Amino acid sequence: MSTNGLTSWAGDLKDIGAIYPFQGSEYLLVLLGLIFWIGWHILQTRQETEIIEKELKADPRGDKTRASIDRYF
Amino acid sequence: MGSNIDATITIFTEFYYWVTIVFMFLIHIGFCLYEVGASRRRNHLSTLMKNTMAIPLVTITFFFFGWWIYFAFINGPGITGGMTAAPQATPWSPLMGAHLSGASAGEDPAATAYWHRLNGVFWGAFLLFSITTASIVSGAIIERVRVGAFWLIAVFLGSVLWILDASWGWHPYGWMVKLLGYHDAYASGVVHAIAGGAALATLLVLGPRIAKFRPDGTPRDIPPHNTWLVCIGLLSIYTGFWGFYAACNIPMISPAGIVDVNGAAGQIIGDTWTATTIYLTPTTLSAITFNFLMSLSGGMLSGYIISRGDPFWTFSGGLCGVISASAGNDLYHPIQAMLIGAIVVAICYKLHFWVERRFKIDDAVGAVAVHGYGGFLGVVVAGFMLWGTPSSPFAGYAQITPWGNFIGAAIMFALGFIPTYILAKILDGAGLLRVPPRVELEGLDFASNEAMLAAVAEVAAAEKAMIK
Repeated sequence: MSTNGLTSWAGDLKDIGAIYPFQGSEYLLVLLGLIFWIGWHILQTRQETEIIEKELKADPRGDKTRASIDRYF
Repeated sequence: MGSNIDATITIFTEFYYWVTIVFMFLIHIGFCLYEVGASRRRNHLSTLMKNTMAIPLVTITFFFFGWWIYFAFINGPGITGGMTAAPQATPWSPLMGAHLSGASAGEDPAATAYWHRLNGVFWGAFLLFSITTASIVSGAIIERVRVGAFWLIAVFLGSVLWILDASWGWHPYGWMVKLLGYHDAYASGVVHAIAGGAALATLLVLGPRIAKFRPDGTPRDIPPHNTWLVCIGLLSIYTGFWGFYAACNIPMISPAGIVDVNGAAGQIIGDTWTATTIYLTPTTLSAITFNFLMSLSGGMLSGYIISRGDPFWTFSGGLCGVISASAGNDLYHPIQAMLIGAIVVAICYKLHFWVERRFKIDDAVGAVAVHGYGGFLGVVVAGFMLWGTPSSPFAGYAQITPWGNFIGAAIMFALGFIPTYILAKILDGAGLLRVPPRVELEGLDFASNEAMLAAVAEVAAAEKAMIK
């Protein structure tokens, strides 16, 4: 038994197809991959919103902003 | 080269490895950018020279003895036999020079024919792995190590320790492959875990930079002077990794060409040529292209979220993602590679800061986490993911197992950690490991910066005197 169905390399390579482990789980893998991708956007958006809220409070009088503009930052 | 087909294969193989060497130099450009970017301005030149001079030092020592070690110690310390002959790798061999297709005086053509034209490019590809391994330690210890101490550690790691572990676990006939079924196709353990172990050992003896820790023991952040430069350096390392991955393969070989240490045929039959891993097990460049890019992406996406968008850790996450999937990237499904990269990066990031707080380890660039923990975990994960898969095309070799790969990963990390710890202790005892505190505070470039300012002032004065 092996995770990819191969227990030895004895054979002709023209007869061997996929060699990745857990063949047959492709739909599940795609589902997990999509969850990872969509989850990433949700987490990223939350984080960015928090950062923007902090930045809104960072320079209420605008002095640092004006200095930054003067320095061409 | 008996026929035009033989000649084409040989010259293609020669050119293939030659191109990988050129690509792998980008890793070292990346290391230089990244270390200089991470250091403060008063240490730039010293940091640059520290990393760069590892290139010639590892090169000449790898010529003198590193390449020979790779072939001589495949049986380990008497585990599956004694030392083996390596007529193509002794520095006095005619094969270690300009050589065409015939046998030189005293050579056994049957034993050396394969190396007649290819020895230099194989040597060069392995050398670039060696320099990479040594350079990994360099970034961790910036701004306080004596450069001479690092260069001794670089030679020890780059031309002795890593190539010894490659002989054991990254050679088609290595004892770890035979007995443990050790599988580490793109060097998670043999390059990265050992380098992480060596970096951790050096850091333990060296100690943190001045002001790294507050009086209560909590760490201060010492920001890179130029994060942008650090990130471009890491992008360059990504690019060089394409060469690294390709160099870990044999580009084309027939089943009849896959023979064991005694010249007996392997188990693969038929006429279908293939690329193989270093273990002579079949893979394709397509497989590693899928998996390299997906593990890189998984690592970057995870690094971004776990570090809340920190550029340094996002880029380092990409590198760690690749390293964590490298052991099995010849065989994984791309989504598996992506998820492994993502999960391991999150663990390594947390481990870095936990170790920093708990043990007061000042790893300036996170090298122990990215390479050491990432490489170690990558090998362990491959043991589970590839459980039962043949590690070799030869009969009698162990299959890949979680315990075989776990023991292998521990050997890799320990082979970096223990000997390097001893060397660092010796250097420290001799007062050769760390610069004095005054020099650390002045900056390692202080004298050269003062000389430059004096030269600038003198030239400016001379030029102003010419104004009429």
